[in-house]
Amino acid sequence: MSGRIEAAFAAAKAEDRAAFVPYLTAGYPDRAGFLEAVRTLTPYADLIEVGLPYSDPLGDGPTIQRSSEAALAGGVRTADVLDMIRDLRAETDVPLLVMTYYNPIFCYAGGGEAGFVRDVAAAGADGLILPDLPPEEAGSLIEAARAADLATTFLLAPTSTDARIAAVTDACRGFVYAVSVTGVTGAREALPADVPALVRRIQAASDLPVAVGFGVSGAATARPVAAAADGVVVGSALVRTLGEGGDLAALAAEIAGACRRTPVAG
Amino acid sequence: MTHAPTFDFPYPDARGRFGAYGGRYVPETLIPALDELAAAHDDAIRDPAFAAHLAEVLRDAVGRPSLLSEATRTSERLGLRVWLKREDLNHTGAHKINNTVGQVLLARRMGKTRIIAETGAGQHGVATATAAAMFGLPCVVYMGEEDVRRQALNVVRMRLLGAEVVPVTSGTRTLKDATNEAIRDWVTNVRDTFYVIGSVVGPHPYPRIVRDFQAVVGEETMAQLTERTGRDVPDAVVACVGGGSNAIGIFAPFAYLPAERRPRLIGVEAAGHGVGTGAHAASITAGKRGVLHGAMMYLMSDDDGQISPAHSVSAGLDYPGVGPEHSYYADAGLAEYVGVDDGAALAAFQRFAREEGILPALETSHALAYLDELATQLPAGADVVVNLSGRGDKDVNEAMRVLNLGADVQPGGEAPS
Repeated sequence: MSGRIEAAFAAAKAEDRAAFVPYLTAGYPDRAGFLEAVRTLTPYADLIEVGLPYSDPLGDGPTIQRSSEAALAGGVRTADVLDMIRDLRAETDVPLLVMTYYNPIFCYAGGGEAGFVRDVAAAGADGLILPDLPPEEAGSLIEAARAADLATTFLLAPTSTDARIAAVTDACRGFVYAVSVTGVTGAREALPADVPALVRRIQAASDLPVAVGFGVSGAATARPVAAAADGVVVGSALVRTLGEGGDLAALAAEIAGACRRTPVAG
Repeated sequence: MTHAPTFDFPYPDARGRFGAYGGRYVPETLIPALDELAAAHDDAIRDPAFAAHLAEVLRDAVGRPSLLSEATRTSERLGLRVWLKREDLNHTGAHKINNTVGQVLLARRMGKTRIIAETGAGQHGVATATAAAMFGLPCVVYMGEEDVRRQALNVVRMRLLGAEVVPVTSGTRTLKDATNEAIRDWVTNVRDTFYVIGSVVGPHPYPRIVRDFQAVVGEETMAQLTERTGRDVPDAVVACVGGGSNAIGIFAPFAYLPAERRPRLIGVEAAGHGVGTGAHAASITAGKRGVLHGAMMYLMSDDDGQISPAHSVSAGLDYPGVGPEHSYYADAGLAEYVGVDDGAALAAFQRFAREEGILPALETSHALAYLDELATQLPAGADVVVNLSGRGDKDVNEAMRVLNLGADVQPGGEAPS
């Protein structure tokens, strides 16, 4: 693989930080606004998750649903998302992860699954995050991704059994994504107390870094996650701030600060 | 006669596949719940006490067996023997309740304490609210805001039955989006909640569960045909197909018969304004393979895999996908799928009411409309069974609007817009 994902988690670990992994929906609020927002986040981010907007995002709460609808209504196509990834790759070495539901991969006009994997890798992405694709259904996709040097991140949840944790981590490359709550994406005031226990169960089964997402909305929710996990994924809170024209840099700085496990002196 | 269900079909396989179709494309949170559900269903259908209890509920609360009656004037006009499987006479007026009482019994057996469902026109929502009321469980029904507006009567019925109706404002604000929202609720409340899916769609084991609970329709048909005609298999079986639950219910017991015994099975999809216009719901006739609501199936999507909005004059067929078992039947040649457009369905709706004294649902009217074409293909006197999947009372407002039949009975004398 490109090695960017491994290097990013290693660098954060060396500084006693959890990696900060912001998510934005590609093409939201529009193409230029999205690229500008990524540039705003890049100084704070260890990895960046780029959401491919989808018509039926059944794992997402209202904020990301609306941003996806707005991006699609604005005419964003899969080919445009690949263009945006190419633009970003030309500017930065930060690892870029494409978060996408399965139907846009399966139906990809440029050659289905194999074509999608090839083109995403060629555009400069480092990995795929697959929220509605369990590894059992992903045999041929995994094979294509391995050949293209593209990491595959499947999700684990609080309901996952130890057997599932073993099977899912086995199919992951790059890192493992642990969902903090039983539920959909969306900013929350507090997260369940059992998040550290889930992270420990996953770490016991795998050497890959574990990033936790769903519900992290600011420093207060990021801090306990950062204490337990190797990475903190934040989506809805950033997308909402972007949509409202709020101070994206300030929110990113706040969360990145909360990802540090030992406070910086001075 | 009360039919004891057999629940004995060769598909899906252990991975939840009907050939290339089906499977489980859902967030990880749901995988353990789907495993638990599959195990509970397996266990229930092997338990004679469960089958006996279900048969009792189907008899006493649903009114089964439903009649198999001959459509005599239609038969005469077409030169066929047209038999009607009268699911419209079930409690709540459609086949939907066969499945909801089965799933709610399963929910109770699993110790789940809350019922959720999606609904389009409201028929499945009403059937779920009814089953939940019968067994004293709280029920939440997700319904697209657009359908809430179009089907106000069913919203009130559900509320009277004690259900909470949640309008869904995302996407196209119709059945597809109501299904997304029900899945989101289930992901969130998976530990205590049972999701009653209304058609043969969704992740494994749902297409199987709904098929198993609807197959009583086809099994009764075989027994009743034997009584009436001396043969258990007709020449053709016709049913409308949206997601496809009424069609699977009547097809499945016939579909896996040896080829020489198998009747023609004809699924009629909604061609809306015509399959060439893009405004239709004919997923097999004019769609392609893809993943929707957790399963591989034929569906309608654009070149990027974005799901296309469906259109049909009948809300119950207004869905951009079709169950994985139908997708398999189509590929394997076990059934044929054809399209009937809005105009032909509306014409059949009116003619059938006058010819038989039965007001069929607009969904069912698509199947009835295909009989004219079928009559040109079959020998005189051939036995054809139509699944009369639902009654048309719910469609009276739509008939007033589209056919302008109610102008003189509306307040102010104007047709509703």
